[in-house]
Amino acid sequence: MRKSIHQINQRIREGNARVVTAEQMPAIVAELGEEGALKEVDVVTTGTFGAMCSSGAFLNFGHAEPPIRMERIWLNDVEAYGGLAAVDAYIGATQQSTTREEQYGGAHVIEDLVSGKAVELRAISRGTDCYPRRTITTELLLENLNQAIMCNPRNAYQRYNAAVNTTDRTLHTYMGTLLPSCGNITYSGAGLLNPITNDPRLRFIGSGVPIFLCGSQGMVIGEGTQHSPAGSFGTLMVTGDLKKMSPDFLRAATMSGYGVTLYVGLGVPLPVIDTDVVRATAVRDEDITVDLVDYGIPSRNRPSLKKVTYAELRSGVVNLNGDEVRTSSLSSFRRARLVAETLKDWIEKGTMELCTPTQLINPSKQARQMHETVKGPRVLDIMDRNVVSIGENEEIKTAAQKLLKGETNHLPVINTRGRLVGIVTTFDISKAVVNPQKAALVRDIMKRKVVTTTPDEAVDIAVRKLEQYNISALPVVDIKNHVVAMLTAMDLGKLFGGRWLK
Amino acid sequence: MKLLVNFSRGKGRKPIIAQVVRDTGVLINVERAVIDSSEGEALIDVPDESCRLVRDRMADLGASVRILERGVSLNESECIDCGACISICPREVFSFDREFRLQLVEERCILCGKCVEACPHHALTLPV
Repeated sequence: MRKSIHQINQRIREGNARVVTAEQMPAIVAELGEEGALKEVDVVTTGTFGAMCSSGAFLNFGHAEPPIRMERIWLNDVEAYGGLAAVDAYIGATQQSTTREEQYGGAHVIEDLVSGKAVELRAISRGTDCYPRRTITTELLLENLNQAIMCNPRNAYQRYNAAVNTTDRTLHTYMGTLLPSCGNITYSGAGLLNPITNDPRLRFIGSGVPIFLCGSQGMVIGEGTQHSPAGSFGTLMVTGDLKKMSPDFLRAATMSGYGVTLYVGLGVPLPVIDTDVVRATAVRDEDITVDLVDYGIPSRNRPSLKKVTYAELRSGVVNLNGDEVRTSSLSSFRRARLVAETLKDWIEKGTMELCTPTQLINPSKQARQMHETVKGPRVLDIMDRNVVSIGENEEIKTAAQKLLKGETNHLPVINTRGRLVGIVTTFDISKAVVNPQKAALVRDIMKRKVVTTTPDEAVDIAVRKLEQYNISALPVVDIKNHVVAMLTAMDLGKLFGGRWLK
Repeated sequence: MKLLVNFSRGKGRKPIIAQVVRDTGVLINVERAVIDSSEGEALIDVPDESCRLVRDRMADLGASVRILERGVSLNESECIDCGACISICPREVFSFDREFRLQLVEERCILCGKCVEACPHHALTLPV
């Protein structure tokens, strides 16, 4: 048996289409079988509600008198992109306020507009013959704008990796607060309710297809940026009218220590035309696997600690190396359900019909990494190869002499096999001199926990280590933990005026 | 009942909590404490019936003591039921009900404030 979208729309118009949410589908298919479900169900609605940073809106303010071509534009002190003509701007969700930093940003401007609050527009211009005005300040409500069109380049990720932190300090990431030593796991995504997860071959989710977007009817533009369905990371570019949206499904947020983002509610209806659709929409949380990724590694290629399913994540605890680690969702499953249910309601009432995409989205594309032609500076470019070190069994006095002679403040301590085992600073030596009875040998006063770097590490990452641990030098070690150089705050000066400032 | 105890360590450096335990015989559970060379703040939990006894004895020893009636509070119009707070909380104050609506058990709260910072929607606040 097959149904056509035309037949389904006919039933929607007659008010007798059978619409269910993607959460209900697994049970329906288990009960009726695939053919039975195909006969029974006409439309499956999906929904997700989570942080979607790549979001924003085009705004048109209308012309002022005398007219201005706005070149730099701020809305409540959040800069909007003004490299468009005259009185158009794009307000991006993650742009932060110049005065309130991460407490307020583009997402908050969008939420304030949608909530009916006034927003202050400030803009400046050079002034031209046709647009003589140089400055403008005015308060605007959403209703004062000609257009306010949400246009989100990357929304509705098919799934997202879960996050954990193996380091010994708390991390503040776009995946929320990650406690040290795998103290918690965070994840995002609606799992079995996610739109692309229910249509992984992208047969029905494509350009021109009507969707639920932040409480109003929007539309899929096409593939989202970084769309990578080959690895189950498909994304969508979507648009909708801000003027019709609701703050129930659009919320500004701040990931503490990371920045501003926008929570977007998005759902896509899927026509049940054949058993392939039935099978795809019967997907369960148990079937959807993501990597549990260590965000303690500051690299694009973060290691995966294990595979986890949305069912495990949503249960509240995940077993990691024998420990029960508690999970936190960053997206709201309750509101994702509400999106799917609202969409179901619209279709049952006949306010939304379905259509086939005017252009299909590639279901097997693989996003590439950035093509980098100029490598940033690495530790080996600026490190000091003259290493003055000391053995752990030497006397403290010898260490003091070495510090003086070597004109350094840090002495890496090595064992008899030449491996790094600790570090002493001038401060440690001074303390030992003041209390001479307490210790005699370097090993008694050295700090055993040494923060290190490697020759091929990016300088930016080494600098973050210096800042985070509030230290001024890092031993540079090879894979055998031999100290090959030192990187001190002084060496960072080499970056200035050198070839890295081209 | 939870008490917030502030004390200065300027003179004498008295072992106030230990002293009160010995004097009153009430077992005090220290849930959170920040103590440095000059001052200290401790959140302690004592049985409800001993609350006033402990408070008065601590005040006698020079500490300022406040009975904490309230834990962290949730602004339901800001909360979107994501659950970011759930795994951050050291005392399992937060959980989901069957509808994935956020629930909190205020009595468990030790006012550490970790959830307040972790909430993306500024929906959680500590009592003033």
